[in-house]
Amino acid sequence: MLDLRLYMLQRLSALVMAPLVLGHIAVMIYAIQGGLTTAEILGRTQGSLLWFLFYGLFVVAVSVHAAIGLRVIVHEWLGLGGMVLAALTWGICAPLLVLGLSAAFAVTLP
Amino acid sequence: MLEVIVQRGTTEASRTDRFDVPARDSQTVLDVVTWIQQAVDPTLSYRFSCRVGMCGSCAMMINGVPRWTCRTHVSRVVQNGRLEIAPLRNLPVIKDLVTDMDPFFDKWVAAEARHHPTRGRLEDSDPITANSPDRAEADLGIECINCGICYAACDTVAGNPEYLGPAALQRAWTLLNDSRDANRSGILAAVSGKGGCHNCHSMGSCAQYCPNALNPMRAIAGLKRETVKAALRRKRDA
Repeated sequence: MLDLRLYMLQRLSALVMAPLVLGHIAVMIYAIQGGLTTAEILGRTQGSLLWFLFYGLFVVAVSVHAAIGLRVIVHEWLGLGGMVLAALTWGICAPLLVLGLSAAFAVTLP
Repeated sequence: MLEVIVQRGTTEASRTDRFDVPARDSQTVLDVVTWIQQAVDPTLSYRFSCRVGMCGSCAMMINGVPRWTCRTHVSRVVQNGRLEIAPLRNLPVIKDLVTDMDPFFDKWVAAEARHHPTRGRLEDSDPITANSPDRAEADLGIECINCGICYAACDTVAGNPEYLGPAALQRAWTLLNDSRDANRSGILAAVSGKGGCHNCHSMGSCAQYCPNALNPMRAIAGLKRETVKAALRRKRDA
């Protein structure tokens, strides 16, 4: 159930995710090691366009990548297709996008 | 004695029959099936022709694995004196061990895996350069005998009936690399649709079970690469 367009979207989103995942893990280790408090973390992220772009892009890539990957699994394992499959794909992508972007906004809005 | 379990009937109504078959030296699985039909049950249906691994018509599932039965020695595949013989997976069964190969070959046509000539029949033939890289790549896949073993082995075909399958895509790849084929863009479009090459998960069962040791997975990876390149070129030139 992958045509060329979906295939390229999935590969490109993986390409975007790879460095961002490493960056995210590095940030998590750094935040925990130094014992940063919530206030200290928010102090660095709030009002930062850079952190919004970092996690905003991450969220978009994850939403696209996960939706396409689950679409393939659902098609091959449950045999769903057509409009139902399209609805399911968007039904996975949209909530991930909304939840992820609201989290990114929550920590980066000044 | 060999204990042989044979699947009978059609996809809708299948059952298994048990036969005791005398074991012999250098016995192939096709010999076993032929012995059953000639000595015990003349109603057993199966398909074969050349008996030397050229025609690609005798493939069946042997103990759950797709194999060409004429070139498979019983001694290599028998498990505790027992053989389970069934029709090829992923295809409708006409009767007993005979599958309907129409879906398999329809997909070759759908993948544009047929020759599109660059010259007419009254013109001289277009010579090929045997040592060019494209020709070498095409040569890797041209020994396919259309036996359907890769199609039966492919889990992506099992999960996604629209998927064109390893054999059709490999033939499309050999034609894409053939200087005498005139429809490059048509082939790339045909393998880029919903059931196209991008559905392959690179599990490699096709390469694992191909009796001619071909590697359709490599061909499909090549198609993925070329379709992406062509799409990027289209974007750039638009």
